[in-house]
Amino acid sequence: MTIKGILAFAAMGFAGSLAMAEVAPENVAYTDGAIETSLTGTPGDPVAGEKAMTTASLGNCVACHSVTALEAYPFHGTIAPPLDGAPDRWSEAELRGIVANAKMMFDGSFMPAFYKSGPYVRPGDAYTGKAGTEPLPPILSAQQVEDIVAYLMTLKE
Amino acid sequence: MQPRTIRNVLAASVALGLAVTGMASADPVDDELIIDGDLKIVTQAPAPEHLQDVMDTIWSGWHFREDDTRAMQMDDFDNPGMIFVDRGLDRWNASMGTEDKSCASCHEGPESMKGLRAVTPRVDEATGKVMSIEDYVNDCVTTRMGAEALGMTSAPMKDLLALISMQSRGEIVNVAIDGPAAPFWEQGKEMYYTRYGQLEMSCANCHEDNYGLNIRSDHLSQGQINGFPVYRLKDAGLVTARQRFVGCVRDTRAETFGSGSDEFKALELYVASRGNGLAVEGVSVRH
Ligand code: HEC
Ligand code: HEC
Repeated sequence: MTIKGILAFAAMGFAGSLAMAEVAPENVAYTDGAIETSLTGTPGDPVAGEKAMTTASLGNCVACHSVTALEAYPFHGTIAPPLDGAPDRWSEAELRGIVANAKMMFDGSFMPAFYKSGPYVRPGDAYTGKAGTEPLPPILSAQQVEDIVAYLMTLKE
Repeated sequence: MQPRTIRNVLAASVALGLAVTGMASADPVDDELIIDGDLKIVTQAPAPEHLQDVMDTIWSGWHFREDDTRAMQMDDFDNPGMIFVDRGLDRWNASMGTEDKSCASCHEGPESMKGLRAVTPRVDEATGKVMSIEDYVNDCVTTRMGAEALGMTSAPMKDLLALISMQSRGEIVNVAIDGPAAPFWEQGKEMYYTRYGQLEMSCANCHEDNYGLNIRSDHLSQGQINGFPVYRLKDAGLVTARQRFVGCVRDTRAETFGSGSDEFKALELYVASRGNGLAVEGVSVRH
């Protein structure tokens, strides 16, 4: 298949899954920074969540946060609070809100919004440095957000 | 809805006994930059007046690098950037363009450029334009030598930049921010605090709020440009300040600006002024 063909196919797949139960980034409802209901209706997979949290092109959460259970992945950041015990401090709905758009919970937060499509100042096309067209695809898919929340829920102390 | 304030969250975290602020081990390294055993470079200074409400001390990026990287800059023989300075001298003496002139035809030796690196970017009185060393070089190349402008980040441009910067090594950066520079300085300042791209990050988010801390394996410096051009070990090449800006803005998942853009000229003027008080390093080494 040509690259163009693959992209078109992937786009179709993406649109197809959107058509199911997924809540689009612009339709997410925040209550005091939290998102009460699942973005997909499909339970999160903590194993996939671990991968998304440690992969640079996905969540890359360990760039800023340390997580003792993720010590196998080197170089955790020191910018943000450690995530150990996060579910003791936050409900699942609050964690979903923080991962999707932390600025709804923490005013002016340095933490990027992972499930947001715009508006941005000079939105780019991922890391190419070229212009992107809004609405941008969110950094994480709705299911990846659910997977990460499921992983965070395992960090009870 | 009203977002919860950061202060509330921090208070909650402190109550929970979390270490929210930086770890001591990540602070700038306490060390002195003395080149070849005799030239002391000022790499730490009180913040210039316009920064005093946000920080007390300014540090060169040199303080944020590992021991072996810092050591390379203490010995010109080990500093890979010096090769570019040598090449710059060859270019300085080589004729180019329809006028068959070299830089040396008009300026004699490169030491005639002494002091320039410490006061640029500056606003040119005649034209009212912001001029970096690159802009001066291209002005001569096109209007006096009859040649095509050099690419902003081309090899000949970087070689000449390295040579010219070296002539001011050790001199204290003192970029003007008032008078004709004021509107450009304001423009650069606004850019410095603008949260660009899908990651919504400003220069200040990384280099003012979080310097000394780590983003993954990167030890964040204050993003000072007194050391530029830098020899970057990661790229095995010379990097200019404008090139670094292109990269940092691109890394916020933004549409970046061009290395020769008016926007980055203004930003360079502003960022340079945050280093007023540090010394020009000539050609520095970073990883
Ligand atoms: C660029 C830095 C950065 C990245 C990347 C980042 N965060 Fe954060 N995060 C923060 C900061 C800073 C805070 C503290 C709140 C504040 O001050 O804004 C925070 C707060 C949080 C909190 C609440 C902290 C607590 O336990 O009380 C959670 C949970 C969280 N982040 C999860 C994540 C997850 C999951 C990811 C990846 C999908 C992630 N973060 C990526 C910077 C970041
Ligand atoms: C997401 C974080 C981030 C943002 C936003 C960011 N930078 Fe950087 N910057 C880095 C990292 C990481 C490095 C490499 C480590 C260091 O030197 O701080 C760096 C390095 C630099 C350096 C090189 C310093 C040296 O001594 O070699 C300069 C200059 C710089 N940045 C300027 C800027 C400017 C100007 C902006 C805004 C236009 C900016 N940065 C935005 C992360 C960032």
